[in-house]
Amino acid sequence: MAIDVLMPALSPTMEEGTLAKWLVAEGDSVKSGQIIAEIETDKATMEFEAVDEGIVGKILVAAGTSGVKVNDPIMRLIEAGEDANAAPALIMAARPVAAPVSAAAAPTAAAVAVVAKASPDWPAGTPMKTMTVREALREAIAEEMRADPNVMLMGEEVGEYQGAYKISQGLLDEFGPKRVVDTPITEMGFTGIAVGAAWGGLRPILEFMTFNFSLQAIDHILNSAAKTNYMSGGQLGCPIVFRGPNGAAARVGAQHSQDFSAWYAAIPGLKVVTPYSASDAKGLLKSAIRDPNPVVFLENEIMYGQTFEVPDLHDFTIPFGKARIWREGTDATIVSFGIGMRYALEAADLLAKDGISVEVIDLRTLRPLDYDTVLASIQKTNRCVCVEEGFPVASMSDHLASTIMQRAFDYLDAPVITCTGKDVPMPYAANLEKLALVTTAEVVAAVKSVCYR
Amino acid sequence: MAAKSTTPETGKKSNVSKDELLKYYREMLLIRRFEEKAGQLYGMGLIGGFCHLYIGQEAVVVGLEACTKEGDKRVTSYRDHGHMLACGMEANGVMAELTGREGGYSRGKGGSMHMFSREKHFYGGHGIVGAQVPIGAGLAFADKYKGNDNVTFTYFGDGAANQGQVYETYNMAELWDLPVIFVIENNGYAMGTSVKRSTKSTSLYGRGLAYGIPGEQVDGMDVLAVKAAGEKAVAHCRAGKGPYILEMMTYRYRGHSMSDPAKYRTREEVEKMKAEKDAIEHVRDLLLGAGLANEDELKAIDKQIKDVVNASAEFAKESPEPSVSELYTDIYA
Ligand SMILES: Cc1ncc(C[n+]2csc(CCOP(=O)(O)OP(=O)(O)O)c2C)c(N)n1
Ligand SMILES: [Mg+2]
Repeated sequence: MAIDVLMPALSPTMEEGTLAKWLVAEGDSVKSGQIIAEIETDKATMEFEAVDEGIVGKILVAAGTSGVKVNDPIMRLIEAGEDANAAPALIMAARPVAAPVSAAAAPTAAAVAVVAKASPDWPAGTPMKTMTVREALREAIAEEMRADPNVMLMGEEVGEYQGAYKISQGLLDEFGPKRVVDTPITEMGFTGIAVGAAWGGLRPILEFMTFNFSLQAIDHILNSAAKTNYMSGGQLGCPIVFRGPNGAAARVGAQHSQDFSAWYAAIPGLKVVTPYSASDAKGLLKSAIRDPNPVVFLENEIMYGQTFEVPDLHDFTIPFGKARIWREGTDATIVSFGIGMRYALEAADLLAKDGISVEVIDLRTLRPLDYDTVLASIQKTNRCVCVEEGFPVASMSDHLASTIMQRAFDYLDAPVITCTGKDVPMPYAANLEKLALVTTAEVVAAVKSVCYR
Repeated sequence: MAAKSTTPETGKKSNVSKDELLKYYREMLLIRRFEEKAGQLYGMGLIGGFCHLYIGQEAVVVGLEACTKEGDKRVTSYRDHGHMLACGMEANGVMAELTGREGGYSRGKGGSMHMFSREKHFYGGHGIVGAQVPIGAGLAFADKYKGNDNVTFTYFGDGAANQGQVYETYNMAELWDLPVIFVIENNGYAMGTSVKRSTKSTSLYGRGLAYGIPGEQVDGMDVLAVKAAGEKAVAHCRAGKGPYILEMMTYRYRGHSMSDPAKYRTREEVEKMKAEKDAIEHVRDLLLGAGLANEDELKAIDKQIKDVVNASAEFAKESPEPSVSELYTDIYA
């Protein structure tokens, strides 16, 4: 399959450059990562490495040519036996080598090759069972409570009422009121109590009926739980899980429908988990309960009833900081998390019908965040769309776009597009609510636009 | 209907005029029929999300609204339909907000829990339990600042009474003699948690005493008792003596919102309340027992109310959805 390598943009202002020197000749075989050319820009001379292996079929721009426009094809890579004059199936930007960027470049701008960790979450051949996200969360809590007598659950209506969203159904019966504690409606108070209890040796799981109400308690989450390990020189870790439904529910208006993913992800000292599937909900919640740090575990009401396959394993956990690639693809990468994955996967299905092959990455945890998997994918696809339900300003998607720009600028063939909820408080009216949320159609359009289709 | 706790003679003794009793009857009935209709529309899928009905608690707002004068303010929680109707907001506009239509008080953008009317001095409609309490004190702060003698009715539930900000507010309200009446609508439950399961300090009005705020417990199912207590509280506030607490002992007949497993109380408890304490039946008995009205008169009122409510439902169904351009309007003033 012939691949055309394009003249890359090496700085935000570069429109053309000089192809100073070829380090390979027609007929040479090149390996991925091999330096193939030197290119001069207005600011520096850059070395180029191949991003794929193949045979140099044709050099399209001779050494010494100046005024080569960004995105002009400069070389064609072919496979053995292929005709160098055949039209290319793929067009790919060459990858500049880190070192001699302009002196002003920030150190983080280095485009470092990364390798996605492809290790599966459970061994091949593991028997699977189907369960809802709700059941998976419940199972995770119950298993961890059985395993560690210091794990306890606290929150409004978690006990006798069996949970406002029925996550804790049956737990009071099994573990009794000492370990499943109904609180009054007093988020600030019981969150502070949970922090103290954690310092006192317990491992509280604190349920917010919804994360909207965590705002009543946000001081304790940020100032008491998240910072004290640091402020105490590592003495006072705070093993708490703050969990509950986050994000838009349906038709409940602005005070009960917002996504706090980016807010909590901004805080050093917190870990932030945003499961999409039931297996991730279970495996990540178990990891969260065992984690020695405060973990903000953001569930979604709309996902509670969704069914997925979950490994039928006794002690199954998913580590933090490891994204999951739901679908491999070559033309563009969609990065999402939590309920955003619904739009991402739906869009990928639709795009496949149009012949666009999309790689879909579920971040799973926002803090720590698996940058490597994202960057590796972008090195392959050179195009990226980020999807989330939260507000657009200072979103996770903004953070990803900025990171990708800093660390993989030269791999990009198009700007990163962010698809988010709209910049409005959530309206109640059914028609407006639909418009306020991100839609699959918007994601499809964004992917097409980064693919220039 | 079973015998009422208040005998018909009470009507005479209280010296309440026929007009006044009929007014209470009409206003309470409007709320009840409106809420029943809202429940129906919810079942038909015309109302979405949360919908917290006020059925059972009607005497509280109707009795207190009878103590207000122009310029007095009110603020409450998400269980707000009754408060809006009682302060004179139109049934059409409230119902159309419930269906999320252009004709609603928030043009469909607020929903059941978030409606407001500057004109009627109704400041919401708040979904965060307890958050309206300091807001109510703030409205009172502004009135005192401006030097008028208006008061603010700040309604909240027994569950909300456990939020810390309530006590921060008590402290400042008394410290600064703010003209605010804290109305605790103690309906016995916060979702599925009874008062006894959320506090050992079950005299909720009594908690104000620690801050120096006077208060009392009131039979919130008796509109006349509510009115009498309200007059006392209003006089205290208007005289510049600071806040007052009224703990209204009341009961919600329906579930917390529309989907409520209702396992936290018995059917008998609910039926007993309806049979023995119903606020509307009580006024009806007063009117009939004292010979102030006959069945036909009351039937005519029932019919009028029914028409108003049916018309509001029609209006709420017919009113169009907000225009798409509304998505981005009103974010900033
Ligand atoms: C800060 C906050 N926490 C929790 C909730 C969820 N919630 C909504 S209503 C409610 C119960 C409130 O009970 P109460 O104050 O007694 O008022 P009532 O519903 O009986 O009128 C709860 C827990 C919320 N809306 N806001
Ligand atoms: Mg209550």
